[in-house]
Amino acid sequence: MREITYRQALNEALMEEMEKDQDVFLLGEDIAIYGGAYGVTADLWKKYGDRRVLDTPISENAIVGVGLGAALTGMRPVAEIMYIDFIGLCLEQLNNQVAKIRYMFGGKCTVPLTIRTEGGAGRTLGAHHSQSLESWLIHIPGIKVVMPSTPYDAKGLLKSSIREDNPVVFIEHKMLYNTKGKVPEEEYIIPIGVADIKREGSDVTLVTYSRMLLVCMEAAARLEKEGISTEIVDLRTLLPLDTETVVRSVKKTSRMVIVEEDCKTGGTGAEISAQIMENAFDWLDAPIVRVAGEDVPMPKSPVLEKLAIPDAERVYRAVSKLAKET
Amino acid sequence: MMSAGIDRELASRLLRQMMEIRQFEDKIMELLAKNIAEGGSHLYAGMEAVATGVVSMLRPDDYITSTHRGHGHAIAKDGDLKALMAEILGKKTGVCKGKGGSLHLADVSKGNLGANGIVAGSLGIATGAGLSMKIRNTGRIVVCFFGDGATNNGIFFECLNMASLWKLPVVYVCENNLYGMSVSVKRASAVEDLSKKALAFDMPSETVDGQDVMAVRQTSGRWIEHARNGKGPSFIVANTYRYYGHSRSDTRTYRTREEEKFWRERDPIKLFSARMIGEGVFTPQEVSEVEEFVTGEMEEAVDYAIKSPLPEPDELYTDLYV
Repeated sequence: MREITYRQALNEALMEEMEKDQDVFLLGEDIAIYGGAYGVTADLWKKYGDRRVLDTPISENAIVGVGLGAALTGMRPVAEIMYIDFIGLCLEQLNNQVAKIRYMFGGKCTVPLTIRTEGGAGRTLGAHHSQSLESWLIHIPGIKVVMPSTPYDAKGLLKSSIREDNPVVFIEHKMLYNTKGKVPEEEYIIPIGVADIKREGSDVTLVTYSRMLLVCMEAAARLEKEGISTEIVDLRTLLPLDTETVVRSVKKTSRMVIVEEDCKTGGTGAEISAQIMENAFDWLDAPIVRVAGEDVPMPKSPVLEKLAIPDAERVYRAVSKLAKET
Repeated sequence: MMSAGIDRELASRLLRQMMEIRQFEDKIMELLAKNIAEGGSHLYAGMEAVATGVVSMLRPDDYITSTHRGHGHAIAKDGDLKALMAEILGKKTGVCKGKGGSLHLADVSKGNLGANGIVAGSLGIATGAGLSMKIRNTGRIVVCFFGDGATNNGIFFECLNMASLWKLPVVYVCENNLYGMSVSVKRASAVEDLSKKALAFDMPSETVDGQDVMAVRQTSGRWIEHARNGKGPSFIVANTYRYYGHSRSDTRTYRTREEEKFWRERDPIKLFSARMIGEGVFTPQEVSEVEEFVTGEMEEAVDYAIKSPLPEPDELYTDLYV
C-alpha cells in the first residue's frame, strides 16, 4: 500500500468530500492562496476557487459563527481555526451557539459543521501556539471531538466528520503533519466514536490519542524487550468517548496508564480515569496512572518544552513501575 | 409619517400583529406576576413597529435572527402564538419542545434562526446564513436584529466587516432602545449616533423612527431590496423604547418616568391607529374590533399553553445529537 503524510491524507479527505458534495466549502485564515498555516488546504483554492475556499479576516469568533449560520441553512462548512490556542476567541460561538442550538431548538435543525484546528507542542513556539486544550471541549455536550494520530485515521475520520450532521471539532497535531503511514487509494471512512487498538498486549493498557500514540508505541517496543506486554488503545474520538473499548482492554490487563499531552489537572485523563473507576474498578490490580503534560504554560526553550510534555522515557518508567506492582 | 395611502388589508395585518405582540408581552408579565411563567423574560412591548415593519417587507422564505428580547420577532416571522406561549412556559407543545424558552424561541421552518441568550450572539449566524444564501444564489436574504448593546461587542465588528467585504445579503437592524440593561447608549458607546459604526466597513446605514411602522417599512424595504439585488449588506438603526424594564427584576432606576411618558406618547400602536383612523382606512370601532380579536387569540394561546403537558423525563437526552 502507498504511504502518504498526515497532511496529504487530510488534504485528500477535504478534496474528496468537496468533489462529492457541492455544499462542502472551506473557510478560515490563510487557507486559500497560502494553503493553510500547515499546508492542509494546499491547492484546493486553485481547484475550487473563491466560492468554495474562503480566506477570512482574522476573526475567529465570526469564523465559527458564520460556519454555524451556513450550516443551519443548507451548507456543510469546514472552518479552520489555525491554532487551538485561538479557540478562546471563539468559545462563545462554539460553546453557546454551535453546541447548543439543536438542543435549544428542540431538535428542529442540524449543524453539519466541522471545525478543524491543530494543537500540541514540539516546535518551540511557546505558550500561545503549543497548547492542548481538548479537555475544555469535551466538557461541552452537543459537539464531538476527534483527534486522529495516523494518516489513515486522519483521512477516514475527517471524511466522517464532514459527513456528520452534528458539529465536530477535529483537532490535528502540528508534529504529525509530516509523519507517514499507509493509506489506501480506495475510498474508506472511519466512524466517529470508535477507539482503535493500535497494539495488542496483555500486561498493561496504555490509553492515549493524537501524537502521544507515537510516544506510547516507542515505549511499548522497549518494554516488550523487557518482557512487558502493553496494549495500546488509541481513542481517536474524545467525545463521545469509547469507554467500552477501554473497559474491555482494562478487563484484560488489569492495569492502566493514560498518556496525554494536555495539562494533567482537569485533563482528558482525569475523565478517562473516572470512567474506568465507575465501570471497571473491580478488574484493576493497581491504581490508574497518568503520564500527562505539566501544569505550566508551554515554555519556549526546547529544553523546558521537552520537560513539559510526556516522552517515551517517562511512559516507559511509568509502565515498568506499574507492571511490577502487585 | 408617510403620507402615501395604504392598502386596508395590509394596514389591518400590521395593526393586528403589533397588537398581538403587545398583548403577548402583557400576558407574559401577568403570568410572571402570578408565577405561572417562571424564569426570566425580556419583553418587546413598545418596540412592536420594528419587528412588524421590517418582517412585513420580507418574503416567507427569507431568514431572520433575533435577540434575547425576541418574542416580537418570532410573532412577526409567522410564529404560532400557541406554540410560542407554550415554549415560554416550558411545555412539550412549545415551538422548541420546551427546551429553549423565552431566550431561544426559534422556528427554522419559518426562517426564524432563533432568539439568543447572548448579546450579539446571533450576528455570526445571520452573517453565515447570508453567506450561504449568496454562495447558493438563492435570492433569499437575512435580517439580523440586535440591540444597541450588541454594537459594542467584538463579533459585531467581525461580522459587519465580513458581510461588507463579501457583499452578503444581510440587513443588520439595530433596535436602539437606549439602554443595554441599565447602561444608556451615552454611557456605553463612544459614538452616540450608532449608524456611524457602519462607516468603518463602508456599509450604507440609515436611522429610522422605530415607533413608526410605515417609516420602518419604507426604510427596511429599500435595504432589503438592495440586499436582494446583490448590492450587499446595510445597517439600519431603529430608534425605539422598551416599556418594561430589562427583565422582571428591573425597577428602572436608570431612567426617568418623564422619559417613559415621552415614549409612551409615541406608542407605535397608538400612532398607527390614529393615522389609519385619520386617513379613513379604519373607524375607531374597527380598531377596537381588531383589539378584541387579538385579546381572544391571546386568551386561547395562554389557555393552550397552561393546559399543555410538560416534557416527559426521557426528553432530557433527546435532540442533543442527530
